[in-house]
Amino acid sequence: MDLSSLKSRLVVDLGLLAASIAMFFVLPDQLGFATRVITTVLFVLSLDLVLGYAGIPTLGHAAIFGIGAYAAGLYALHVSSEPLSGLLVAGIAGAVIAFLTGLLLLRVNKLTLVMISIAMAQIALEIANQASGLTGGADGLGGFELGPVLGLFAFDFYGYTAYGYALAVTWLLFLVMRRLMASPFGISCQGVREQPRRMEALGVSVYWRLVAIYTIAGSIAGVAGGLATQTTQFVSLEVLGFTVSAEALIMLIIGGTGRLYGAIIGTILFMSAHDIAAGIAPANWLFVIGALVIVVVLVTPRGLLSILPWGSR
Amino acid sequence: MQLLLSILIDGVAYGMILFMIAVGLSVTMGLMRVVNLAHSVFAMAAGFTAHWLISRFGLSFEFSALIAILVAMAIAWPLDLLLFRRIYGMDDLEQVLLTIGLVFIAIATATVLFGTEVRAVKLPAYLTGSLDIGVRVLPFHRLVVIVAGIVIAFLLWCLVEKTRFGIHLRAAVDNEGTAASLGINTSRTYSYAFLLGAALAALGGILGAELLPIEANYPLRYLVLILLVVAVGGMGSIAGSLVAALLLGIIDTAGRYFVPELGTIMFYAATIVILAVKPNGLFGRKVS
Repeated sequence: MDLSSLKSRLVVDLGLLAASIAMFFVLPDQLGFATRVITTVLFVLSLDLVLGYAGIPTLGHAAIFGIGAYAAGLYALHVSSEPLSGLLVAGIAGAVIAFLTGLLLLRVNKLTLVMISIAMAQIALEIANQASGLTGGADGLGGFELGPVLGLFAFDFYGYTAYGYALAVTWLLFLVMRRLMASPFGISCQGVREQPRRMEALGVSVYWRLVAIYTIAGSIAGVAGGLATQTTQFVSLEVLGFTVSAEALIMLIIGGTGRLYGAIIGTILFMSAHDIAAGIAPANWLFVIGALVIVVVLVTPRGLLSILPWGSR
Repeated sequence: MQLLLSILIDGVAYGMILFMIAVGLSVTMGLMRVVNLAHSVFAMAAGFTAHWLISRFGLSFEFSALIAILVAMAIAWPLDLLLFRRIYGMDDLEQVLLTIGLVFIAIATATVLFGTEVRAVKLPAYLTGSLDIGVRVLPFHRLVVIVAGIVIAFLLWCLVEKTRFGIHLRAAVDNEGTAASLGINTSRTYSYAFLLGAALAALGGILGAELLPIEANYPLRYLVLILLVVAVGGMGSIAGSLVAALLLGIIDTAGRYFVPELGTIMFYAATIVILAVKPNGLFGRKVS
């Protein structure tokens, strides 16, 4: 990476950081929404690892997100109200489920993969729905309190702590992911996406490389789910729904895949548009998003970021 | 014994509906490797049209069904021309997205036109009766669905095995490039297959309105079901679609009877097991 792109990346990073901190002071009454955006950003970043970098076209990512969400909720309810260990549990739950499902998912061809991933998310949804004794079923899982973060910052009514907490976790994991994807491992994942046969010939076990990246992304998606649970102190069945997977995919494609920043920009744009449109005319929101998706695919198939000179990868 | 018989009848009827809706998708996906998540929109459009014609204008069921199928084809034709032709060469992800966009627009349109409630397609009197076969009284509607399914499967078999169009279709599914270089107009073959698939989905939507109720969320609600029939059957295989639809229909119905607390888990678990053993589906060929 040359100096000028390093510089522009620094500018973008500082800009995003400044914007996310400014949010705190400029729109304090929108912090609940902003917190949801941040947890979704983390989820879409995880999808970018799977789909953007490794080229795995999954439509069932909500399964991992939802299992992380339930893991964090159940942990807070039955084990401990300490938030960070709760996130760890959510991350482990996400990684385990991603590893197990990935063993099957990553063996099949891509068209079948799309469909099995949908089926897996549906099974997770159905299990959560039926096991209402554990998950609360359609009523959702609530009634748990969370202790202060690091023993210092108690969750408050205005959502200040929730926002700062979500922001800190997402930034930290974003930096980790960026480092990881720039490493030889991350680059080999892109190689697997572009030329699986050549990577195999180079001595890389494509299957296990895919399982590895899928598991790593699974832990991130699990943490994102846990973060969503902790900041809202509630888990609803919808976290496992098809819409969650489909919308995450749309956000990622709008922003552009395979460069992490696209996930951030796409999520912010999509959720802001959704928030505004839902306030004006909820029924027409689907028109807007449907048309938007079609236009993005036909006009800028590589995402909105590809329009910008420094956005191309 | 009686229970087994009713499970079999219900399961096969359900499977036949799934077959009608899914078979067109299977053929077009096998032909062009286009992932079309919007296929069940045709079934919904026909279901709503039939409901509207019957309840609003009091037209007969048969005539309304015919018009509804034509309406579905009239929607499919420009879509094929304007949209689907442009996405042949794209990768699967872009196709997934574009067709999800179509699904969203279809749901929004249906919500605006018909609201969010379930809309019944009223069956004529002779279809709502029941037939006493001695051991059990069977709802006549189920039998008609089953017979319709068998007739359609037979006609499709004749079409694919005995006609020139069928030869072109099989050649194009096997190897599109070679078929095209032998002078077969694969693009036109695809268009006909697409329209036929839309018409069959429309018929399935109308006949199956009792089992898969017509509502605005229809294309998303049954999307997974239809896609799984295609995946389990193997893309591009008509026989595969039939076997998969019947198998999954019976498994799902049996699951609901015997272990209702598991809900649809049986169905999804069965598809995952089948696909784990045969990733290309029961009758599928290896997809590159």
